[in-house]
Amino acid sequence: MTDHRRWLPEELRRKGVSRREFLKFCGTMAAVLALPKAVGAQMAETLENTPKPVLVWLEFQDCAGNTESFLRAGRPKVADIILDTLSVDYHETIMAAAGHQAEAALAQTVADHRGEYLAVVEGSIPTGAGGAYCTIGGRSALAIAQEVCGGAAATIAIGTCAAFGGIPAAAPNPTSALGVSDALPGLKNLINLPACPANGENLAALVVYYLTYHRWPPLDRYRRPTFAYGKSIHDGCERRGHYDAGQYVEQWGDPAHREGYCLYKMGCKGPVTFQNCPSVGWNEGTNWPIGCGHPCIGCAEPDFWDKMTPFYAHLSGIPGFNIHSNIDRVGLWATAGVGAAFAAHGLVQIGQSLRDKRHAGEEKGAAS
Amino acid sequence: MTHVVVDPVTRIEGHLRIEAEVDGGVVRDAWSSSTMFRGIEIILKGRDPRDAWAFCQRICGVCTTVHAIASIRAVENAIGAEPPANARLLRNLIMASQMVHDHVIHFYHLHALDWVDVVAALGADPKETATLAQSISEWPLSSESYFRGVQQRLKTFVDQGQLGPFANAYWGHPAYRLPAAANLMAVAHYLEALDWQREFIKLHAVLGGKNPHLQSFLVGGMATPVDPDSQAAINIESLNHLRQLIQGARNFVSQVYLPDLLAVASFYKDWAGYGAGRRNFMVYGEYPETDGPQAPLFFPPGVIHGGDLGTVDPLDPAKITEQVTHSWYRYAGGETAALHPFEGETQPNYTGPEPPYERLHTDGKYSWLKSPRYDGEPMEVGPLARTLVAYASGAERVQALVGGALEHLGVGPEALFSTLGRVAARGIETQVLVERLDGWVDELQDNMGRGELRIHDNDKWDPASWPKECTGAGFHEAPRGALGHWVHIRDGEIANYQCIVPSTWNAGPRDAEGNRGPYEEALLGTPVADPEQPVEILRTVHSFDPCMACGVHVVDARRREVAHVRVVPS
Repeated sequence: MTDHRRWLPEELRRKGVSRREFLKFCGTMAAVLALPKAVGAQMAETLENTPKPVLVWLEFQDCAGNTESFLRAGRPKVADIILDTLSVDYHETIMAAAGHQAEAALAQTVADHRGEYLAVVEGSIPTGAGGAYCTIGGRSALAIAQEVCGGAAATIAIGTCAAFGGIPAAAPNPTSALGVSDALPGLKNLINLPACPANGENLAALVVYYLTYHRWPPLDRYRRPTFAYGKSIHDGCERRGHYDAGQYVEQWGDPAHREGYCLYKMGCKGPVTFQNCPSVGWNEGTNWPIGCGHPCIGCAEPDFWDKMTPFYAHLSGIPGFNIHSNIDRVGLWATAGVGAAFAAHGLVQIGQSLRDKRHAGEEKGAAS
Repeated sequence: MTHVVVDPVTRIEGHLRIEAEVDGGVVRDAWSSSTMFRGIEIILKGRDPRDAWAFCQRICGVCTTVHAIASIRAVENAIGAEPPANARLLRNLIMASQMVHDHVIHFYHLHALDWVDVVAALGADPKETATLAQSISEWPLSSESYFRGVQQRLKTFVDQGQLGPFANAYWGHPAYRLPAAANLMAVAHYLEALDWQREFIKLHAVLGGKNPHLQSFLVGGMATPVDPDSQAAINIESLNHLRQLIQGARNFVSQVYLPDLLAVASFYKDWAGYGAGRRNFMVYGEYPETDGPQAPLFFPPGVIHGGDLGTVDPLDPAKITEQVTHSWYRYAGGETAALHPFEGETQPNYTGPEPPYERLHTDGKYSWLKSPRYDGEPMEVGPLARTLVAYASGAERVQALVGGALEHLGVGPEALFSTLGRVAARGIETQVLVERLDGWVDELQDNMGRGELRIHDNDKWDPASWPKECTGAGFHEAPRGALGHWVHIRDGEIANYQCIVPSTWNAGPRDAEGNRGPYEEALLGTPVADPEQPVEILRTVHSFDPCMACGVHVVDARRREVAHVRVVPS
């Protein structure tokens, strides 16, 4: 592997980024990662002495939404450097080469950098029809994933499809699609960065973290980094005060909606969804879904296409919420049980509850 | 005869494979195959029609608004919901900015590397590049020192020996014909466009919470409140933000994108002679200028047959059918049946080679795309179709821009039917749209000033207000062309759902009669200097802007009970 130590200071100088700006960026990343501020300086020190890393980005049953999100990542100048000076050796959506030259580039990287490169997987992996539901260069997605992720230093499953199966795996899962963790059991150094799509800022922060410490950040039971998935949308929501005060939107466009009241009654899944949207925002902090007036749909959670739908049916039994005893049609909707579990077991066990239900659901699905 | 396989076709959305027979340096036959399938329409069955837009939206994260729009329109059409004027304006802004954003990214990041030799830019004289840039545009980033800096950045990158996404491409291929100075200018703008796209699409974050996958769509309207007196709604400050972003887009499109397009095209005029295809074009029309089903559309609908610009036929969606003779699906009524989407009947039926494979069975089924036909004929959809229909229908601004481009290049209208014509049409409609965007912001502002704050048809939100059984169709002009969704609702649930997508029209395989799809037809006669490096095939295929995740769909017409997993109270 070519050693390009101290490539970063050179990059910074060429692109006219001052050291001060760079340190500020590292500080921001530290903040995104919820680390003490001093870590920013340590991070800068480490990054400046790191060889230029190689990354390959695989797309399977995907919509390229995570690729697009990656292109939208903010903190402009310096993030650009971190991202486009990773040596992105394979990424079908952006790479110049096509056909067998593209496949040759991938094979070369896997051979030359075995055990050193980062693999990013976008999209689920279909296991039905002998792999014919997704082929690239005539090879099945599963075969490619086994080879490429198997030789990687670490794998990032980006987006809910790669992490948990996502929309292709939604009932009745016509192509027997799986997330990376299920398709490649026992894969080492796998981290999930779900959401639909994942936020580009979280990917940037994750990569910086990894390059700094040569390990992943602490993960939750779904292998999600706690810096981005450690707190519920509801707890960080700017509309939380309205929720606590019992001020709710009742109809789209009503005065409460225009004043930014709580979207709980319109189906918001913020109380059972764990992601940092409220603090990091989207498109360089321009806005986020609840900020524009639409409920959270729970897109960072496993099986949200089945567990969080119907999207406009509200949760019930959320602790601290005593106003809604007359809300109509409680209890029949998909997510009703989630709220009850939330009340009974607290945050951490929510995930387990969802997982159990999924397995129950699978059994039910298999029986029908 | 050489059999050429390009798989993966890169710089597109999704998974596309092209196989071609090349003889005497020319493509003699071609097959277009989509190699990925998810089955989202099967997944939709049994679900709440108000949720469908979010599922459909995930068909594609590049054109991330288009399936959401088509879906809410289809459901609204079925249940009789009438979105108010503000929702129409918000949607027009979202749709049109998607088109502008998509087209610029396509030109610079997906298509340019077929025409621009990145490595050759290293040999450019930055002074010549500056002279060239200043001669074609007022764009301020055009000094010698600026281009020298870009060149240096590129040089350092190449010297590092890790070419990343630029590795192993066709650099130095004789088909690259830009002078070094123009290559350097294009590389500089490739990088600028990366920054620009990130900035401009904040318009979607303002109106949709985020991009990709905006989250403000609703059946019956939009979820984005408008209120000049509220901090939590679209207010005057938001409108100013939109205007600022639109101004940035106008500048970039008119001072960078269009001048670059014409400059690059002037070195590749022979590509006005390749890639024509069958010259059938179909447009649904887009951007309603008033409310209600009969609203006039900013881009007019219509159908052109055989390149006859003297006649634009009215569009009749009843004439749309799909065939599966060469697609990995099964029809109960026989392999050669042609079914309207409301009668769609499809079962996945993979008959291709077992992976890993070298060649597809092109005599039989060879794609996950179906073959859509209009009145039995293949149709090209997309920017060229829209521009031709608008041109032939007498749209003045389009006629002026088309006339200007033809004059600049010194070619006649015949040149429009080509690979180059597709590239030019995309730029022309982008210019037309950036000029229109502000007007919709003005209308929104006027409504807000009059106290007209409605964003949603609340009367049709509750499924109890819907007919017990109903069907609806939703049409949209996506960046890549005519998009239709068809939904059948029964007892408040989706009984059937089908999409016919632009890339299905364009990239679909042969039909029962053996008529090629538009990609396949357009590739005939394309020169290929070196079958090992078929950059010319990429030029024509990329001129359509493939979006394969969009193209593949399936509907299960049997009323099969979907195992719908739900949480029950614990």
